[in-house]
Amino acid sequence: MELLISSFFNPDILAQTWPFLLAGFWMTVKLTLVVVPIGVAGGLAIALLYTVRNRLVRWLVVIYVDFFRAFPPLVLLMFIAFGLPFMKIDLGAFGAVAVAFLLNTSSYYGEIFRAGIESIPRGQYEAARSTGLSAVQTMSYVVIPQATKNVIPDLISNTLEVVKLTSIASVVALPELLFAARQGQSLTYNATPIIAAGIIYLICLWPLVRLLSRFEHRQIALH
Amino acid sequence: MLDRLVDTFFNWRIMAEYLPKIVEGFVITIQLALAVVVAGIACGFALAMIRSFRVKPVNFLIIAVVDVLRAIPPLVIIIIFYFALPTVGIRMSAFLATWLALALVLAAFAEEIFWAGILSVPKGQWEAARSTGLSFLQTLRFVVMPQAVRITIPPLTNRTIAITKGTALGAVVAVGEILYQSQTAYSFSYNPSPLTLGAIAYLILFIPVVAFGRWVETRFAWKR
Repeated sequence: MELLISSFFNPDILAQTWPFLLAGFWMTVKLTLVVVPIGVAGGLAIALLYTVRNRLVRWLVVIYVDFFRAFPPLVLLMFIAFGLPFMKIDLGAFGAVAVAFLLNTSSYYGEIFRAGIESIPRGQYEAARSTGLSAVQTMSYVVIPQATKNVIPDLISNTLEVVKLTSIASVVALPELLFAARQGQSLTYNATPIIAAGIIYLICLWPLVRLLSRFEHRQIALH
Repeated sequence: MLDRLVDTFFNWRIMAEYLPKIVEGFVITIQLALAVVVAGIACGFALAMIRSFRVKPVNFLIIAVVDVLRAIPPLVIIIIFYFALPTVGIRMSAFLATWLALALVLAAFAEEIFWAGILSVPKGQWEAARSTGLSFLQTLRFVVMPQAVRITIPPLTNRTIAITKGTALGAVVAVGEILYQSQTAYSFSYNPSPLTLGAIAYLILFIPVVAFGRWVETRFAWKR
């Protein structure tokens, strides 16, 4: 028991590495605030492209989405961070993470928005167009707001996964929470910083997990 | 420019040299992925079964464990298993640590999905089955589960695919799977061609899986 406390919950070590962890935490927050909006925007763009009545465009969208869903995000990130600099394209750690996340998460968000848009009955388009709204207005004032509302649980679920995924940025030495924790561990030869990082993720993300559970159960009750 | 691109990312000499290593990694990735899928789904199914008995303290424990596994990033769990547990005397190989972490995460998601499936079967079905003389377990086995499994298949497939791709995280703790092999080859040769080869290996492995997931979604979609 004492061993457990001194190796996992050591207050001295925690005090010593806390500034690191805090800096890492803020980096994770910053990263989330960058990658979630660009992923959502990219996904919406993909879903809208899918509504274009052109077979070639649709095919390209499906290929893009399936390609990046098949590519493990860590592999994509390493390719961008370590491979592209050989072509004199050096995005830096933060840029590489942002691009990798844009490509990966936009295909997931894209699929979600597509399902949302498909859930809106045709009559809604026809009604909107017949009141004199243009195609663009129909999309932005009638279809997308309802579509988004229908897929809110999936959007939250995917966002939770994206936030968790930011931990892979530690592999390309972006000093986010996990990276800070691992550095703290190697400096102190003690696992407390890693456990602390796990607890920080848990405290921040647990409310989202609870909210999702509630959504899932309510969906079934309506079923 | 094009020569340079080919020489950098598709250098045949380097690719040929490291191909055997990548193939070795390919086999390990498949082994790891299968072990994760089997253990994760079996364990998630068992937990959902246990939860259906509705014993309060047991269910509370299941919910707590599932929530923790859903809130902490899988990479953090792998690192805790591989780097933190040894400091209290629990040692495991990198392969075991990665397998255990991913299997637990999949079990947590699978439990939630199966449980949602069980809840989707109306209460009247339970009552009707019980009143015909079926026992609790028979009701679960012959009435509830066949219906529940059907609606759980699409979300379960998607989640399983996502977690299986997480086998690449094993590279961080030096499991000799595809990404680790291509990364090592890249640092030896100082040429990203092995990374290209690794990426191709992942696409060969996962494009059929993603296509299968898409098929499952459409196959089960018309029922609702």
